[in-house]
Amino acid sequence: MAEGVRPRVKAPRSAEAGEVVVIKTLISHKMESGQRKDSDGNVIPRSIINRFTCEYNGAMVVDVEMHPAISTNPYFEFEATIPEAGDFQFTWYDDDGSVYEETKSVKVG
Amino acid sequence: MDFTRRDTLAIGAAAAAATVLPMPAMASQTEDAIAEFTGGADLADGGVDLDAPEIAENGNTVPIEVSAEGASAIMVLAAGNPTPGVATFNFGKGAGAQRAKTRIRLAGTQDVIAVAKMADGSFAKTQKTVKVTIGGCGG
Amino acid sequence: MKFNAMTAVAALMLAVPGVASAGPDDDTLVINGETEMTTKAPVPAHMEDLPMDQIMSGWHFRSDETQALEMDDFDNPGMIFVDAGIDQWNAVEGSEGNSCASCHEGPDSMTGVRAVYPKWDEEAGEVQTLAMQINDCRENNMGAEPYKYTSGQMANMEALISVQSRGMPVNVAIDGPAKETWEKGKELYYTRTGQLELSCANCHEDNYGMMIRADHLSQGQINGFPTYRLKNAKLNTVHARFKGCVRDTRAETYKPGSDEFVALELYVASRGNGLSVEGPSVRN
Repeated sequence: MAEGVRPRVKAPRSAEAGEVVVIKTLISHKMESGQRKDSDGNVIPRSIINRFTCEYNGAMVVDVEMHPAISTNPYFEFEATIPEAGDFQFTWYDDDGSVYEETKSVKVG
Repeated sequence: MDFTRRDTLAIGAAAAAATVLPMPAMASQTEDAIAEFTGGADLADGGVDLDAPEIAENGNTVPIEVSAEGASAIMVLAAGNPTPGVATFNFGKGAGAQRAKTRIRLAGTQDVIAVAKMADGSFAKTQKTVKVTIGGCGG
Repeated sequence: MKFNAMTAVAALMLAVPGVASAGPDDDTLVINGETEMTTKAPVPAHMEDLPMDQIMSGWHFRSDETQALEMDDFDNPGMIFVDAGIDQWNAVEGSEGNSCASCHEGPDSMTGVRAVYPKWDEEAGEVQTLAMQINDCRENNMGAEPYKYTSGQMANMEALISVQSRGMPVNVAIDGPAKETWEKGKELYYTRTGQLELSCANCHEDNYGMMIRADHLSQGQINGFPTYRLKNAKLNTVHARFKGCVRDTRAETYKPGSDEFVALELYVASRGNGLSVEGPSVRN
């Protein structure tokens, strides 16, 4: 696991049935592009989060394929529909095989 | 073949540029990425929006937003980066809108391109030039 | 003085062909839709002779996109490091079996602290920066290794402590026992360094609001430190910024934590007396 990786999610705690809500996510990660060189001139190997997904009660909200051009500490904002009370599942996939997860529950009514 | 003095200078300048500048993505790389996404289908001009600053204060963190109502996916490319891929947003049935914001790296002033795959299988493209500035004194 | 200022302008024009006028904006900084920040304030009494109308946070000199990043704590990547600072706050380290929390309880006990540092420490008999106070605690109360002066851990802790005072006015004392250090800092502020022979004042007093190449020169206020820079995507400490600025004049720099930079920090902080504590801010 890359060092000091910490996912953060901003989602509403409650919503009306059928409401569309804004979700923001931020995860601390260097997103080493593979384009940089160290002080000895050696290429620093690529090490990024290459995929991010958000599901609500098992339904896919957004599935993002990520490349090295995503900035350090990747940030996403998008919208989700809340048909009923339930749980968001957020997952980040690291090049090194690590998986970082976060969940958020939403009440309805 | 004889080189004139002018040719030699031009070759030298080109070689110098190639050494100093990070190599931008070849135009064909960007075209290939689009072709792979669309399967070679035609690209409509409307239907996808890309919001990006006209001038970015720093190329390391450039906020962008893409949206395309009813799209199943939006691919974002940066034509002037060493590799053009930025991100592809695939929207599922839980999406409340086909819209996303993120922050991207741009190696220099260049075109950012968004291609949307619409629900009916057609494709739409838009692009925007983002000027990337250089800081005051390198500090 | 007039001659010097003009020479500096001429030097900048030569070095950077793109110098043009572009004033700071009139936007209002409200964080999370609730905390209104004082980003413009009357010139402090000790600067009344200077040709400045008001003091201004560096936030006014940034683009709308960069400004927006500071207006919501979730959008502000600096807050990642505040979270890391909370972990450090609660971590027991050193020979005494203490964490910060052992003595100080929650981080909210630090409310108001950032606003008055650097300040005179009677026991130590010197002006201390927040970083020095943090390390004083680590070494003497925790029996732990000090953080390196401009390290990530130090920046995290400074960010955590700063955010407790966010919105409060910077109010460092420059009289009494601190006066001597403050005078030394003031002298450094106006001392030209390096091959470019530039002082802090040449850019940040004489030419703020102008473009230096494609960058918009601010007043060099430090009320927003530690600051998350888009350039290096991490928190930057005041002394690291001082070092970068002095280096860019093509000079050998003072060391972070040196007496010189401590004095300079007190003086520069006093030039922002009245502006809100903003740390962790977001800059380019």
